[in-house]
Amino acid sequence: MFRPGNEKNVSEIVRDNYKKNLPLEIIGSNSKKFIGYNLQTAKTLDISNLSGIVEYLPEELYIKVKAGTLLSLIEETLDKKNQQLAFEPIDFGFIQGGKSDKGTIGGYVSCNFAGSRRFKSGSVRDHILGFRGINGKGDIIKSGGVVVKNVTGYDLSKVITGSFGTLVALTEITLKVSPKKNSQSTVAIHTEDIKQVSNFFDKILSSSNEISGSIYIPDEPKNKKFQINKNKIFQFNDLKYQGSFLAFRLEGDKKSIEERKKDLFKELQLNKQKTSILDVYQSVLFWQKVNNLELFNNTKNNLLRIVVPFSNNEKLMKYIKNKYKYYVDWSGSLFWIEVADKDEMKIKEIKKFVLEMNGYLTVIKRSENFSFNESLFTINKNRLLISKKIKESFDPKRIFNPGKMYREI
Amino acid sequence: MSDLILPKIDKNTVQKKDFIVSKLRKITSADNVLSHVQELRPYETDALAAYKQTPLTVVLPENTEEVSKILKFCNEENIKVIPRGAGTGLSGGALPLQDAIMLGLGKFNKIIEIDFNNKCVVTQPGVTNLSITHAVQHKGFYYAPDPSSQLACSIGGNVAENSGGVHSLKYGTTTNNILGIEMVMMDGTICRIGGKTLDQEGYDLMGLFCGSEGLLGVITEVTVKILKTPQTVRAALIGFSTIEDGGKCVSDIISNGIVPAGMEIMDKSLIIATDNFAKAGYPRDAEVLMIVELDGTKSDVDNLLKQVADIAKKNNSTSLKLSNTEKERQSFWSGRKAAFPACGEMAPDYYCMDGSIPRGKLAVALKEIKKLSKKYDLKVVNAFHAGDGNLHPIIVFDGGNKDQFQRTEQLGAEILKLCVKLGGVLTGEHGVGIEKRELMCEMFNDKDIQQQLNIKKSLDQKNLLNPGKVYPILRKCAEEGRVHVHRGEEKFPDLPRF
Repeated sequence: MFRPGNEKNVSEIVRDNYKKNLPLEIIGSNSKKFIGYNLQTAKTLDISNLSGIVEYLPEELYIKVKAGTLLSLIEETLDKKNQQLAFEPIDFGFIQGGKSDKGTIGGYVSCNFAGSRRFKSGSVRDHILGFRGINGKGDIIKSGGVVVKNVTGYDLSKVITGSFGTLVALTEITLKVSPKKNSQSTVAIHTEDIKQVSNFFDKILSSSNEISGSIYIPDEPKNKKFQINKNKIFQFNDLKYQGSFLAFRLEGDKKSIEERKKDLFKELQLNKQKTSILDVYQSVLFWQKVNNLELFNNTKNNLLRIVVPFSNNEKLMKYIKNKYKYYVDWSGSLFWIEVADKDEMKIKEIKKFVLEMNGYLTVIKRSENFSFNESLFTINKNRLLISKKIKESFDPKRIFNPGKMYREI
Repeated sequence: MSDLILPKIDKNTVQKKDFIVSKLRKITSADNVLSHVQELRPYETDALAAYKQTPLTVVLPENTEEVSKILKFCNEENIKVIPRGAGTGLSGGALPLQDAIMLGLGKFNKIIEIDFNNKCVVTQPGVTNLSITHAVQHKGFYYAPDPSSQLACSIGGNVAENSGGVHSLKYGTTTNNILGIEMVMMDGTICRIGGKTLDQEGYDLMGLFCGSEGLLGVITEVTVKILKTPQTVRAALIGFSTIEDGGKCVSDIISNGIVPAGMEIMDKSLIIATDNFAKAGYPRDAEVLMIVELDGTKSDVDNLLKQVADIAKKNNSTSLKLSNTEKERQSFWSGRKAAFPACGEMAPDYYCMDGSIPRGKLAVALKEIKKLSKKYDLKVVNAFHAGDGNLHPIIVFDGGNKDQFQRTEQLGAEILKLCVKLGGVLTGEHGVGIEKRELMCEMFNDKDIQQQLNIKKSLDQKNLLNPGKVYPILRKCAEEGRVHVHRGEEKFPDLPRF
């Protein structure tokens, strides 16, 4: 295990491993180690000692941090200045260990999984302004800057985001930050009519009332293979009814929220619907629980993350019916689906269906008996071909996380 | 203009021009291949009109398969290819080479699909930026990035340059507003990346190709995200008697949690020049003039505009107007949008620079530019997209005077170096092209540049696609020119550059 204390040391370690042809597994705090293929490298490169905030300029809307900095520290720091990471980081700690563990920013950037605000505010890749890191030969490289229009030359910050540590060992990351809104409120529409849910999603996306979260949480299937915990997790004083519901979030000044809410009740024709309204305190907690993936707390099943074009959500919801436990985020585009252990064949079927709808599927968590008959990530032939070339240009000897995403990369 | 160093001409290619033309005429319709000198003339330059080269031949393919066949042929025959969209680029990214085929995407000019259900538009790359908005505005949608040339620039070119606009702080640049592209690689491989979903799995190839200035592949289709038009747009026009007050006001607006749709700053020389030209009614005694635009729901906009006004007063604003009607808002912008023609009235020539600096460094930057302006004895006026830190210093000079011209080039390079020194970057929204190629080493060391060149090599092994652009040929920091406009002979004089 290597645990370098500075960028130069990382560079020396990688250079040495490059010479000796020895692959390295790059880790931070191990919070997302379970995602992707298991690695059996001789050595591990732990970057968690590269920790700390390098520069934070709230009025310039950026924060520069070392790659091993804990996300929780970054969020605390930003919170003091009433700012946030607008992509709403997901906390993968709950599905794996039943408690919060957001891990390091390096790990977060490497995975590129954004939370509920994604459809309005962009993903992790939209918030990374620049980085420093070590390529597979041991060279220290950098790209981007601290300003929004930051790209001179190729935009390497985008390429390394979501690359699962297969291109560079990150040492420093600059992120765009955003002001937090003063207040928020969440409206829940109690319905289990899939067609209606899909219509609401579309109207929400088409509204100019600036909705920043839109989610459908159906009741769990009556099947012992799945935990029944929805009502317990989403137990709020003001959530008036049990059963499936769609919820959307409004953020901003209180007066503006009230006006937009009124407008939306008209736009979505909600007066005849069963609705509940969560105040700011309940609303904050509600979206935290969503983005903690608490519905799948400590799950022993397989957990799939699926993204489809918005217009296909009705089709996919109908396909899922009550066969699986699931919920829909990003106003109809992101599905989190749980498939029971030993039901692995079902993943293949779901994937086929998702691909037909021009979507993609990632197996985020695998159950104990997962047999790896199905690939964990989705890719097509030409993209794989190009990706291999990109990999080679950064890491010609495949030193970094070989086979973490795709066997050939 | 300094002598521009271009890749070595491959005489073999030049000699077999007839063979190349006849081969291209078999791939696409004969009419789509231009080879006579007169036909080639319109393609000699893009909007960086100071540089001119005659291409070997121009080919205007009509579909992706033709593009693929052309690139495959060129790759096999070692022929260089320069892709071109509308030719409105300001950094010479589409400058032809004498031994290269110019691949024009002008015939890719149709919108393929308007998909309101998925809030996107699938379009061919030759479609202009503004016509996308025109195609969806009847249902209250628009395409957010708005480069000043949006009337003429093509969406494919926007992707190649990762174009921005005045609203980049809130809405991002092209890379944040596209969902998918179809691209042909130099070996002819057709690759679809992304589609109608948010994000993609695996390497973010779309992020890599967006802004790659035509060096990695030829874009043949783009899927862009469309947004709902905001309910209300209002603006404030604020004058300050010192640069510091204006700069502090920008920082305070952001620190107060306000993210304006657009935030623009002009210095005194530009205020007077634009007011003379456009009769915009600007406060001529102000040292700095700021336009702050807010959009969103009505109550939010009204409330935020009030907050902006309070912040401006606290920072000693000397004049303050808030727009109450759309006409009034447009009048605030009228001078700013006339910045280029106003400069054209001041002297025979002007250079428009393009760099980025952190917002908080504005006062330092303007003061340093003032010093440089004195040092080189040349007038510089400054426009600043304060929202996203994009600085456009404009040097006005007389190109007929050789000495002035050389000083202008030196001053321009010093200004860009200053941007990098202040923590910014060499480009804002015009790209690197040939214009800033040799300045890349101000920002990047050899290792950084080598990594980028490795990517280029992995996708275009023979370096045939748009060679000589973006990366320094000599790997030394030569000082070259900027956007040079002589006697108002801008390539696209009607476009409101701002």
